[in-house]
Amino acid sequence: MINNTIAPDISVRFADKIFSPNPFWLASAPPTNCGEQVMRAFDAGWGGAVWKTIGDPITNVSSRYSSVDWNGQRMMGLNNIELITDRPLDVNLREIAEVKKKYPKQTVIASLMVESKREAWHKIVQQSEDAGADGLELNFGCPHGMSERGMGSAVGQVPEYTEMITSWVKEKARTPVLVKLTPNISDIRVVARAAKRGGADGLSAINTINSITGIDLDTFIPRPNVDGKSSHGGYCGPAVKPIALNMAHQVQSDPESRLPLSGIGGISDWRDAVEFLLLGCSNVQVCTAVMHYGYRIVEDMIDGLTNWMREKGFARISDFQGLTVSRVQEWKHLNLNYKIVARIHEEKCIGCELCYTACWDGAHQCIHLDRVGGAHNGHHLTPAMREAASHQAISMTPIPKLDHGTSRNGDERFPTPLSRIPRVDESECVGCNLCFLVCPVEGCITMEQVDTNLPPQSWEQRTGGAAAPGRKCD
Amino acid sequence: MSTVNPREANPELVARFPEIHPPFDKVSAVTEANRCLYCFDAPCTAACPTHIDVPRFIKKIAQGNLRGSALTILDANILGASCSRVCPVDVLCEGACVYHRYNKQPIEIGRLQRHAMDAFYANGASLPTKATEKRNGRVACVGAGPASLAFAAELRQRGYSVTVFEGKPLPGGLNTYGVAEYKLRSSDSLREIELVRSLGVEFRFGTAISAESSLAALEREFDFIFLGIGLGVMRTLDIPGGNHPDVLDALKFIEGYKTSGNLAVGQRVAVVGAGNTAIDAARAAVRLGAEEVQILYRRDEKSMSAFLFEYEYATQEGVRFQWCTRPVAINASQDKRKIESIECIRVQTASTGALKDIPGSQHRIPCDMVIPAIGQTPLLEFLQNCRGVKIDDGRVVVDRATGQTSNPKYFAGGDCVNGGREVVDAVADGKRTALAVTKLLEKAHD
Repeated sequence: MINNTIAPDISVRFADKIFSPNPFWLASAPPTNCGEQVMRAFDAGWGGAVWKTIGDPITNVSSRYSSVDWNGQRMMGLNNIELITDRPLDVNLREIAEVKKKYPKQTVIASLMVESKREAWHKIVQQSEDAGADGLELNFGCPHGMSERGMGSAVGQVPEYTEMITSWVKEKARTPVLVKLTPNISDIRVVARAAKRGGADGLSAINTINSITGIDLDTFIPRPNVDGKSSHGGYCGPAVKPIALNMAHQVQSDPESRLPLSGIGGISDWRDAVEFLLLGCSNVQVCTAVMHYGYRIVEDMIDGLTNWMREKGFARISDFQGLTVSRVQEWKHLNLNYKIVARIHEEKCIGCELCYTACWDGAHQCIHLDRVGGAHNGHHLTPAMREAASHQAISMTPIPKLDHGTSRNGDERFPTPLSRIPRVDESECVGCNLCFLVCPVEGCITMEQVDTNLPPQSWEQRTGGAAAPGRKCD
Repeated sequence: MSTVNPREANPELVARFPEIHPPFDKVSAVTEANRCLYCFDAPCTAACPTHIDVPRFIKKIAQGNLRGSALTILDANILGASCSRVCPVDVLCEGACVYHRYNKQPIEIGRLQRHAMDAFYANGASLPTKATEKRNGRVACVGAGPASLAFAAELRQRGYSVTVFEGKPLPGGLNTYGVAEYKLRSSDSLREIELVRSLGVEFRFGTAISAESSLAALEREFDFIFLGIGLGVMRTLDIPGGNHPDVLDALKFIEGYKTSGNLAVGQRVAVVGAGNTAIDAARAAVRLGAEEVQILYRRDEKSMSAFLFEYEYATQEGVRFQWCTRPVAINASQDKRKIESIECIRVQTASTGALKDIPGSQHRIPCDMVIPAIGQTPLLEFLQNCRGVKIDDGRVVVDRATGQTSNPKYFAGGDCVNGGREVVDAVADGKRTALAVTKLLEKAHD
């Protein structure tokens, strides 16, 4: 039952002291480069903005971005080699103050990066807070350019540095301090723990992933091209979301890492955002989707989230925040006696046979095209044999005048001829999901549970690596 | 009548006959190609008489391998360029697209195929050689239409010598002379045949093989003879006035504007018949400037042999259809110089299918040009000269899988076998037959 009378409360509180009207913040990036932009973003509905990293202004190169397109869709992944702000510090600070004055309800976080000296960090913390920033985000994640100068991910890849600088900042800061984590490390928890030890109030994850997006096959120059050369950049956008979700979960499921987390990485719509919130994030940050479509996308992020919460009966974000954390487990705890099989709904099948070829070449050879004709001498025809048979068939343009009374034979029960509707051999099906994943028709292949008549048993239990269920209580 | 070079597009024709399916630009082609599901054992491929591997060539477009895409098409169908333009894709590949069952538009296979073929010809049309050595074995083709071209190209690529004999001055058969210009330009047809010639196929024009003696000569010179002679001239309107000079059958009319630069047309045109050729002629008359074009058909709408999409195009362009209307006479002016009207009678179809005139329904339809499009006659006269080649119901009888006639030295394909289908059917016949002939040649010479 959808509750239409009371609107769900989508406001969020981050690290106790930061309040935002909604969980959607702009990440520290080109969309938050200056005050004019941030004010337009707030007008569009964004709940907060992490200012494009301030520090000593740098000089950028041209060009700066490159992307990966996929199957005709633009910017599945975006790569950048832009550095931190190229504008004077005092201009940025003045604009932060101006924005906060005009938009007191929206959150402004100052993203900071200075050389690894205590005094330098103390100074910029003071300046940012004096300008009115609601919080500070320490950019220990930028993977290109700045890291060569001992900043950004050069700090975030070394736990000792992370802990040290975080503690320097905490000596001075009055507002919450977030440490932004780099994914370019073998275990993100190592740095998250260091940030926590250093006194961080929260974390942001993930920053961009080291990447080379592509190479021009005519010139052999990688992208983005800077006078015939390129440099590795930071990868973001929809392509990185699964990596980011996993890292968010790693941080949230580790007691030594766990802190209020601002989720970042490929979030393009409200559904992506809900996934990060379900894995324990307190809010989310968005960049690539805004660079692609503009600030206006926040309207549907708010609208979609609100409608979903109504539908699910959630009154506030905290009602569902973290609900999925405990459902991600180590493999050894998964139930080996749970069995599902694929079921093809004939009335929906359009006969593309993608499930057939996927199962034969990419899975377990248990989908067959034998509804008409059956097996041949007890064997199933291979995909190559089927193709050869089709190739031998003679077909002609149908011309009614010349084709007296001939009509297409076929079973009228289904829209697709029965000979083209695949069949699942359930005794061989391992329930891998592949056919269901490749099927282009919604609801045509469903994965359905089969009763194995066996109690749940994990690998750990089966191999005696841990107590059987209930044994702990004995 | 002006002299024209059929190998170059005629600017006036280009202006009057804009293409009905304009080419894709690169981005639209890739976008459309990306919609393709890449079906396994795809129904579109099965529906294509030449079994072009459609998903494969479409994926190659999506993946920026245009040459590979074109070669995939040409491997199955040497006339892939003209087929991409003239195929009735609605009843072939696109009609078989699985998207029809998913409430979505089918993939525009014809336009994608054209995209790949246009790129191939724009880049010099070079085909990789299949056979490196020349092999013993000589084969003759009678007629230079699509069936012979496909047969010749396939055998030539396998190293055999092929000579094509054609009575007309240009090769291509109906592809060059008879397809509506907004579907396929003669210059494009000839460009495509240039590819076949570049493989080493020899053409001899102006040499009609229409007597037993010439066939006997061919038998002495060649191992096998392929008959790709198509159908005969169009049937004439056997009614009073039917031989007036302004009565011009549809194929002559189309050939005239396409290859002779004869762009004259009447002000009020009556086309008789409701097949695809009738529609081609009617639409051409509209484009050439006729003010009123009507199609007269003795049966009702349901019985017309034109494809539905052809009929719809024609009505959109202003062609009017007079159903159940049988012409009985053509009336000329007193000095006989001009047609003034066509005399018709309304007919009823009995439950048996027999047509019955409705008494008193005689009426005159004013017109100054009449274009009969009531089918082609079989080339019976000539075929009877072929020694031991069995003919049935006006068609050469062949073994479907090999194209072999009742005389094992003779093979046949295309319209003279199937009674008049599409270009792609002729290509399929030619290719299939070439594979069978290859086996025989290997046996005879190797």
